[in-house]
Amino acid sequence: MTLDELPRSPGEWLKGNGPESDIVICSRIRLARNLADFPFISKASRSEKSEIVTQIRESISESNSKLNYFDVERMSELDRQFLVERHLISRELKEGEGPRGVALNDDESASIMVNEEDHLRVQVMRSGFALLQAWEQIDDLDNRLEEHLDIAFSQELGYLSACPTNVGTGIRVGVMLHLPALGQTNHLDKFFRALQKINLSVRGLHGEGTQPYGDFYQISNQQTLGKSEPELIKSLSDVIPQLIEYERKARQTLLTERRQVLHDQVSRAYGVLKTAHTISSEETMLLLSSVRMGINLGLIDDLEIAQVNELFINTQPAHLQKIHGQTLAVDERNVLRASFLRKRLTEMRDGPPSE
Amino acid sequence: MKCERCSKPVTHHITDIDKNGDWQEHHLCHDHAQTFLEESNEIDDKPKKDVSELAKAFISQSGKSAVASESATEKRICPLCKMTFQEFRNTGRLGCPNDYVIFREELMPLLENIHDETRHCGKTPHRAPRDTQTQTSLIQLRNDLKKSIAAEDYELAARVRDQIKELESRKSVS
Ligand SMILES: [Zn+2]
Ligand SMILES: [Zn+2]
Repeated sequence: MTLDELPRSPGEWLKGNGPESDIVICSRIRLARNLADFPFISKASRSEKSEIVTQIRESISESNSKLNYFDVERMSELDRQFLVERHLISRELKEGEGPRGVALNDDESASIMVNEEDHLRVQVMRSGFALLQAWEQIDDLDNRLEEHLDIAFSQELGYLSACPTNVGTGIRVGVMLHLPALGQTNHLDKFFRALQKINLSVRGLHGEGTQPYGDFYQISNQQTLGKSEPELIKSLSDVIPQLIEYERKARQTLLTERRQVLHDQVSRAYGVLKTAHTISSEETMLLLSSVRMGINLGLIDDLEIAQVNELFINTQPAHLQKIHGQTLAVDERNVLRASFLRKRLTEMRDGPPSE
Repeated sequence: MKCERCSKPVTHHITDIDKNGDWQEHHLCHDHAQTFLEESNEIDDKPKKDVSELAKAFISQSGKSAVASESATEKRICPLCKMTFQEFRNTGRLGCPNDYVIFREELMPLLENIHDETRHCGKTPHRAPRDTQTQTSLIQLRNDLKKSIAAEDYELAARVRDQIKELESRKSVS
């Protein structure tokens, strides 16, 4: 597998085929791990970082987990940005220094960052609301890796991490939600405060007034010590169905009370995407968010969620440039993005052009 | 109105939820709105609590009687990675696994504040880890190796390398 083969598929987290995927974009779990006999990253020398990479790469190949390793240090800026856009590496790994990399499986559901904040950051992403499946997959991968590694662990404090906020289980469990209808009410505020009280954190953007914005939110656990992995996963998965329920109700209310306004809003968004001749990635994201809601509410019927997801990822700057095969300035990208959108949206409605 | 990150005119008003759970308004120019949205759309892996802020708060809370021990704490240093507590307070990141032992006294209240708990519950590695003694020796030996190479003492470096190999080969013995 090479990085150039990736843009053909939207990646696991944007497949749009998981449970409740009209609202839950993806479920994600990551584990922080460190090798016992090396200093953490901030105190590791260049040669120690190389040695860490070597040991982890060996354990990956011995673990039989079918992951391909990519050297992020030697990678082009464009490829690094490309991996960030696909949520396979973090900005911190992209902008870090010294020997570091990422191992990916073929369907991009698993990635292992090496020498990020911790020696190992194992991540599994699944489309839709699928935390238990994500946990089974990551637990198995973690078991295979540690068979060949000495992991920093204490009976009292659990897995030892560079930052005390990750010590214990080293787990971060998160779901990414699309809440465009709740975002237009003022209930979201109260709901998120309640989540904060039970140690869950919320991050995201919401619209101003009736103006559609991204409306994507991430909810994740803050606590990592003193509760087992299944308990931490449960605390999150217990509240999600309720949030899904509220969003569905809010969508129905919007439909009955403000159908015309809503229909106008999503049709305009769709119209701009189909006809623009220059468009920024941020405007694209906001309009696609609106179109996504339109599809979920049955106001747009000639496009599917999976197709919108494909447009989300492929209109990001690095993706656009990789598809185009060369680096471009911002203005050129905006023109290319608009023509890509016009072309793809026509193909999606009419099927691919016949030869 | 000027962009909060540069001096260009504001084109976007974005509402975000900050780390305390409060809504916050951002007024940004076209370019910075784009950066802001890209940042927010990324996988969110950064804890909301700022550890170095917390650590600072903890030291100042410890009161007058703590002044003497405070400076002692500041001076304590991890023999393996040379991390000081002051450095941890500034960066919020530890230097090696041994720091959890060295700075235990200061870290425990911090952990309780962050997690409400101080004892691990959950997964443990299946594989029997090397004893702590061997682990710390390995970190120490790698330090020696670096120093001997820097000093161009290749004879010593070779000996240290052999010792590291010897210890590493004990890996599979559980
Ligand atoms: Zn600006
Ligand atoms: Zn240390």
